[in-house]
Formats: sequence, C-alpha cells, structure tokens
Amino acid sequence: MPEFGLLSVLIWLPILGGTVMLIIGERSGGSQWFALALSVFTFVLSVPLYAGFDSGTADMQFVERIPWIPAFRVEYFLGIDGLSMPLILLTTFLTPIVVLAGWEVVKLRPVQYFAAFLILEGLMIGVFSALDGLLFYVFWEAMLVPMFLIIGVWGGERRVYATIKFFLYTFLGSVFMLLALIYLYLQTGSYNILAFHAVPLSMAEQIPIFLAFLFAFAVKVPMWPVHTWLPDAHVEAPTGGSVILAAILLKMGGYGFVRFSLPITPDASQTLALLMIALSLMAVVYIGFVALAQQDMKKLIAYSSIAHMGFVTLGFFIAWAILSRTGDTAGIGMGITGGMVQMVSHGFISGALFLCVGVLYDRLHTREIGAYGGVVNTMPIFATFFVLFALANAGLPGTSGFVGEFLVILASFRANFWYALLAGTTLVLGAAYTLWMIKRVVFGAVANDGVAALRDLSVREFMILALMAGGVLIIGLWPAPLVDVMSASVDKLVVQVTQSKL
Amino acid sequence: MLPTEFAPAFPETVLGLGICLVLLVDLYLPARWRDVTYLLALVTLAATAMAVSDIGLSGTTLALGGSFVADPLASFLKLFVLAALATVFVYSRAYLQDSTYNKGEYYLLGLFAALGILVMISGASLLTLYLGLEMQALALYAMVAFNRDSPVAAEAAMKYFVLGAIASGCLLYGISLLYGVTGTVQLAEIAQALRAGGADDAVTLVAVAFVVVGIAFKFGAVPFHMWVPDVYEGAPVSVTLLVGTVPKVGAFALALRVLVEGLGETGVTWEPMLGVLAVLSLGIGNIVAIVQTNLRRMLAYSTIAHVGFILLGFAAGSREGIEAALFYTIVYVIMAAGAFGIVILLGRQGDDADELDDLRGLSQRSPWFALVMLLLMVSMIGVPPLAGFYAKWWVLAALLDAGQLWLAIAGVLFSVVGAFYYLRVVKLMYFDSPAGEAPLRQGAALRLTLSVNGLLVLALGVFPEGLIELCARALG
Repeated sequence: MPEFGLLSVLIWLPILGGTVMLIIGERSGGSQWFALALSVFTFVLSVPLYAGFDSGTADMQFVERIPWIPAFRVEYFLGIDGLSMPLILLTTFLTPIVVLAGWEVVKLRPVQYFAAFLILEGLMIGVFSALDGLLFYVFWEAMLVPMFLIIGVWGGERRVYATIKFFLYTFLGSVFMLLALIYLYLQTGSYNILAFHAVPLSMAEQIPIFLAFLFAFAVKVPMWPVHTWLPDAHVEAPTGGSVILAAILLKMGGYGFVRFSLPITPDASQTLALLMIALSLMAVVYIGFVALAQQDMKKLIAYSSIAHMGFVTLGFFIAWAILSRTGDTAGIGMGITGGMVQMVSHGFISGALFLCVGVLYDRLHTREIGAYGGVVNTMPIFATFFVLFALANAGLPGTSGFVGEFLVILASFRANFWYALLAGTTLVLGAAYTLWMIKRVVFGAVANDGVAALRDLSVREFMILALMAGGVLIIGLWPAPLVDVMSASVDKLVVQVTQSKL
Repeated sequence: MLPTEFAPAFPETVLGLGICLVLLVDLYLPARWRDVTYLLALVTLAATAMAVSDIGLSGTTLALGGSFVADPLASFLKLFVLAALATVFVYSRAYLQDSTYNKGEYYLLGLFAALGILVMISGASLLTLYLGLEMQALALYAMVAFNRDSPVAAEAAMKYFVLGAIASGCLLYGISLLYGVTGTVQLAEIAQALRAGGADDAVTLVAVAFVVVGIAFKFGAVPFHMWVPDVYEGAPVSVTLLVGTVPKVGAFALALRVLVEGLGETGVTWEPMLGVLAVLSLGIGNIVAIVQTNLRRMLAYSTIAHVGFILLGFAAGSREGIEAALFYTIVYVIMAAGAFGIVILLGRQGDDADELDDLRGLSQRSPWFALVMLLLMVSMIGVPPLAGFYAKWWVLAALLDAGQLWLAIAGVLFSVVGAFYYLRVVKLMYFDSPAGEAPLRQGAALRLTLSVNGLLVLALGVFPEGLIELCARALG
C-alpha cells in the first residue's frame, strides 16, 4: 500500500529542498532564509513523531513499507522505535541551528553550503528510520558525499587531507558491512532488518558478521584505535560541519550497534564483549589524557567526543558482565539506556561546544587556546554559555552530561568494580581538560588586543546557544521523557541480547 | 521483408545497407555539409533499432544454418549498443566540428564497428563471433590512427593492431582446438559434445585457456591490458570515447556466448582463470590509476578496474553472476560515456584539455556540469544512490552466494583503493580554484545529452528496479 507517511516527508523534503537550491544556483539571494524556513518546517513536522509516539510498545511505529527492488526483496521500509526516534528529533532540531550558525559566516558559494546541509539532514533521518538493510546502507553511504564536500570546500587549511581521510576511512569501514548485509540477505531471503534480528546464526557466522559491523560502526563512533580521522575532520570542518559530525554522524555508529550488532549477533557480542569493553575504557582513559594535551580547542573537543562516545559503547557492552555477575537483567537495561541518553546528550553538548568555538573563531580566526585569555571580560554573555556547556561536558549534575554518564557508571558497578573505577576517571579527566581549557580561554586577564576588541554575542548567536543550553538543561533536569520513550525498546533489546541465537 | 531464414539478421542487414548509403553520400558531400553524414548515421542507427525492436524481447530463433541467433539477450544488447553509439556520435560531433579531422569516415567506421558488435552479439557459432570481432577490431584500429600526423596516435594504433592481432590469433587457435575436440564450431553443439565427455581433456583445457586470453584482451583485463592506456591517451578524444564504451558490450557478448553458452561445461576451468584475471585487473587498474596525471589515462586504468569487476561476475560461475556482469557492463558504458563526454565538453579547438588539472575549479566555471561529473565519479566509486553501487552490490551478492568470499573481499578492498582517484577528480572540481577562464564547449545537443547521461546514473540509482529486471529477463 503506497502511502506517503511522515517519515518519508521528513527524509525527502530536505533532500528535494536542497536539490531545488542547487538547481536554482548561486544567482539568487536569500538562500539562508529558504534553508532556515525549510529546516524549521522539517523540525515542526517531526514533532508529531514524539507527540504521537506510543512509548508502551517496542514495535516499530510510523511504518511505511513498499517494494523497492522486488527482484532482491529490497523494500522501502521505514519505521522508528524508542532507539531511533530521539536521534531523529536531535537531527531535525540541530539542522536549523547549523543553518543559523552559517548565516553570515559562509561567504563562499552559500547556496551549495546550505543545500549540502539540507540533503545531509534528509539522509541522516533516512539512516535512523530505515528498517531495510540495503536502504540503510544507501542512506549511510550517500551521506559521505555531502559531508566530503562540506569539509573539503568550506574547511580549513588542511581540509583536503582531512576530508579524503574521512571519506576513505568511513568507506573502508562500511564496505565490510555491505558484505555482512548481503550475507544476511542470503540467509533470510530479504533485507528486512527485523528478519535479520530473528534469524538463527551459528557462532562461526556470528563472529565475522559482528566484526564486519564492528569495523563500520567503530570507525563512525569512533572507537580507539580507528579514531584518527576524527580530530582531523573536526579541526578542518567548518563550524556547521563539526556540529553535525559530532552531534549526529558519530551517533550513527552507536545506533548501528543497537540496531545491528547486538540483536543480530548477540552471542558474538557476548564472546567479544571483553574486547569491546577494553576498547571503550581505552577511549575513556587514554583519549582523556590525549585531550588534556591539546592546544587547539576544536581538537580538544574532538578528543573529548571520542572519550564520551567510549561511554556509549561501554554502556552497550557491559551487558554480559552484569548478567554473569548478578544473574539478572535489570542492570543491562540501565547500561543501554545510559548509552542512548549519553548519545543524545553528547549531541547537544559537543554541538554547543563547537558552536562556541565557532563564535570565537569567527572573531579572531584562530582556534589556538593560547591565542585567547580573559574572554569573559569582553564577552560576558558568551562566557556564561561556554562555561555552562563546559560544565555539562564535565558531567555536572543538572546537565544532560550527568545523566548518561551516571547511568553507565552505575551499571558498570554491577558488572565489575574496576570497570566502574576506570570509567569514573572521566569525571576527573573530563573536568580537567574541559575546565582547564575554560580557565585558559575564558578567565584571567585580557590576554591581547584581539581579545580586548571582541564583541559579545549577536542576537543570532545568542539564540543558537540559548536553544542548545535549553536542550542541555532540560535533559539534565528532567530526563524522564527521554528515558520513557526508550524504555520499551530497551527492554526488548535486553531480551534480544540475552537470548542465544545458537 | 526478407525470407524467414534471414529474418533474425534483419537489423544487421538494415545497418549494412545504411552503411553503404552513408559511404556513398559522404563521398560526394563537400566538407561543410558534414552534418548530413552525421544525421544519416543517426538515422541508420534509429532504423536499425526499429528493426531490432521488431524482433522484440521474446523467443529464441536460430538462423543461417544455426550460426546466428536472435534471442532476448541479443535484442536487449543490440538496442543498448545502438543507443550508446548514438550518444557517442552526439558527443563526438561537438568535438569533430572544431577539429582538423572532421571526416565522414569517423561515423562510417563507427557504424562498421557497430555492425561487428551486433554480429558478435548474435553469434551462435565460433566463426560468426570471430567474424564480428574482427570487423569491429579492424574498424577500431583504423579509427585510433585517425589523427595520422600524430606520432602518439600512430604508436597507439600500431600497438593496438599488433597486440590485437596476437589476441585474435590466440582466440582462433583456441577455436581450432575446440573444433578438433568436438568436430563443430556451433556453440550449442560444442556444449552438447562437451557434456557427452571430453570436458576434462588436456586439449580442451588448452583450448579454453587460449579462448580466455582472446576474451581478456578484448576486455582489456590485466595482464592483457597494455594497449588500453596508450589507445585511450593517443587516439582522438572522440575515438577514445567510442573505444571505451560500446566495444565493452561486444566483449561481454563474446564472453557470454563462448564461455557460458559454448564452454559452460568447462566452468571449473575458466572460472578460476577469470577470478585471477579479475583480481589482477582490480589491483593494477586501481593502483596505477592513482599516479596518473592525465584524465584519459586515469580513465583507462579505471576501465581496467571496472573490467575486473565484470569478470568477477563471470568468475562467480552462477547465472546470477552473469546477470550481475551484464548489469555492470551496461552501467559501466553509461558512466564511461558520460565521463568522456565531460572531457569533450572541457576541450576546445587545438587543446583536448584532458589533463586532470584542466578540471580545476569546474564547479565555479560550470556548477551544473561539475555536478554531472560528481555524479559520474561517485557512481564509479560505487557509492549509493547511484547506478554504480548496484552494479558492485549485485556482483558481490553473486560472489557471496557462490561462496567466493575472498573474491568479494578483494573486490571491496580495491574499491576503497579506487575511491581515492575518483575523489581527487571531485577535489579538483570543487576544492580548487580554476586555473584559467577557458570557456566550455558549446553545443545544445552535447550539453543536453550529457545532462541526461549524468541524471540517468542518478535515476538508475534511485530506481534500479527496471534495469535489474531487464537484465534478468534478457538472460532468462
């Protein structure tokens, strides 16, 4: 029954809008207004996803299903559950902000810039709502192209190096996922992800499939040691690119774990859980120290992102350690929920921090920490926001950063004291690198003439940061709505991961 | 209408008559009326296409004593060849118009090559196939040498001719051995004879090896690829465009008819051979393409890599693999035609603009055609939602289905290697500033066809179902 549902509208409206902008070309003015209107409209349209969402069920909702390539039983199959819905809302919320962030800043070919972000938005929503493996892969890969152009055209000095590294790294990761998807198709006779969840697989099949998915998702998350593309990409990308990259693109990796790896290969996940935990803790601890040593603000936030995403994967993969120690599944859900909340929260916090750096960069055209000092004296309002986001990044209670980390650490305690202890170092390290950066940039005496001449936030910048601050505080103070929509889906996932497929 | 015995060859007859007409008319035309030849050539192609569609997509008819076949596959491939050649002519005309060798012979030889390819497609006996192959090859040798004052072109043509002759010799030797083993040159009878026994004979194996060499040469697969870069770079752009596109369909038909239909019984022998050739082509093609500075040479190595993927489809040894190879061939021809179309668009009188650096800043000089080239390059990488992705995906699916995991892994790994040089083209177009303000070639027909060509790659990517279905049905 070809019915054009809400999810399709959310995917195709921005993509078509972006295409129209590309066709009209650079001659026309007012491209920002068009992009803003379209992205705000998309956000408004996406609100019913939350309002109409039934959090009592783990079944897929807002389902659309029509045949796409019948010869291979590939379907245009969309639907969302509690795991994907928050990420879609995050996407639609952040896109208008990114458009606003590029408002007066982007002078070079602005139409292409805004069009790229709109197309990217549609593709990202597609990734989060696809329930057909091939459709998922199409969106997942297609997204590389606009991001490649965003970093390469509007990026910094070493943008070509960074963007080609980004593309090749991610492409290398995902081609193995394609092989795994094809293999699963041969086993189930369709590309339906829900059928993938149900198909029994032997251990000899699960391990390679798990590794193929792991490669794709680990690059995207990114996990240590395949994270090296991220600092380069972040540093060279324009502000909007960094925001989308940190806030949403990284989440695709985390989302991949809960949508593919855990439910499709639970036994392989269990066998390799220790490896995953080790990699996650490595990211948390080692990358935390690396972040401490950074001189470039964007690089510091990039490394902080890797460390925070380590929490996400830790929360997902401590499940079996909890099960074997306590024998009950209660803590597993907590870990997974923590990971999911951490993803949404990190979307706001890292996005906001990159926006803050962007505000400074637009004024002084440097990201070096050493070039600043005493910003609070000339930009008090900005400093307030910056400090708020920094504290959230450090996991201050009352901000969104606290909720996810707390849940994950709590779950880790049930698994193993040492996991929790190592994970807990982030509270020290995160505070250290973030606040030390704040101390050097924001506080102290005015360091130089550049800082002395800074103007405080414009109305546009204020609006952007205020919106982000709203998100950080709401989730921090009242996480219940977010946790509630996830709970049914998380429970289902817990059942899936604890049920052997052998 | 022709007698029934000749009916399946009706399209070839029409094309042959058209060629004679073009030949005669062009002879008496003054140079400034060259467009008449061009239009006549297009009309000939259209008339042939109508003759093909008259036969349609149903039923298999043998004709001419069992040496000529008209089946759905033949009709499908012929229609595609004719359409592709028409596109090539449209691009070429824009190029030839302001070159010094705007001769009617270009169209004439192009039509001869098409006739050869059509005969190959319908070849039901080894000799018919060989006849078509040679007709196509001789026309192409002459075309490569078109720019007779250029030493590069002469060298390319010489290389092409000598190596091509050796390859034809190999093929012919293989054919003669097969005749010795089975006592026939008709593919159906060969298949029958081999089923009855003799498929494992040492002589058969040697014959298969020689035939594979001949086919690999026509495809331009490593290690029989030496002619490809030189021909691509040395020939006039319009000829490179032709050599790089339509003959690949002929090569596919040759491989399908001989290996699958005739020597299907010896699959165990030729599948691993093609697997090795495929991996070598993927490797050498993709790696050597990285260091090229000339766009045409880069595309030559990229062709070699794509041929590797097509051969992977054959190496899967299943019907699905053949379908995937067919799909890949079609998609490849569409992409390659577009890419060379862009080369023609960039060029101007006396300067072919075929260095990679000539692409610099194309997105500022012409955002639209930069986007078209972006689509083509990204499709060649194999990124969805573009046609090139489905081609790779289908081949990979066929390989995994046949349990050829390692070939599939080699395929994807070299795709990642290959991504680099396509991305460099995108980088030059989008990230760099234009070196000069040289205008792009004008010509409404060129621009329109090129736009359609680029959008086709996208359209087939979003709605791949139609072509997938056609490929499956043509082989059904």
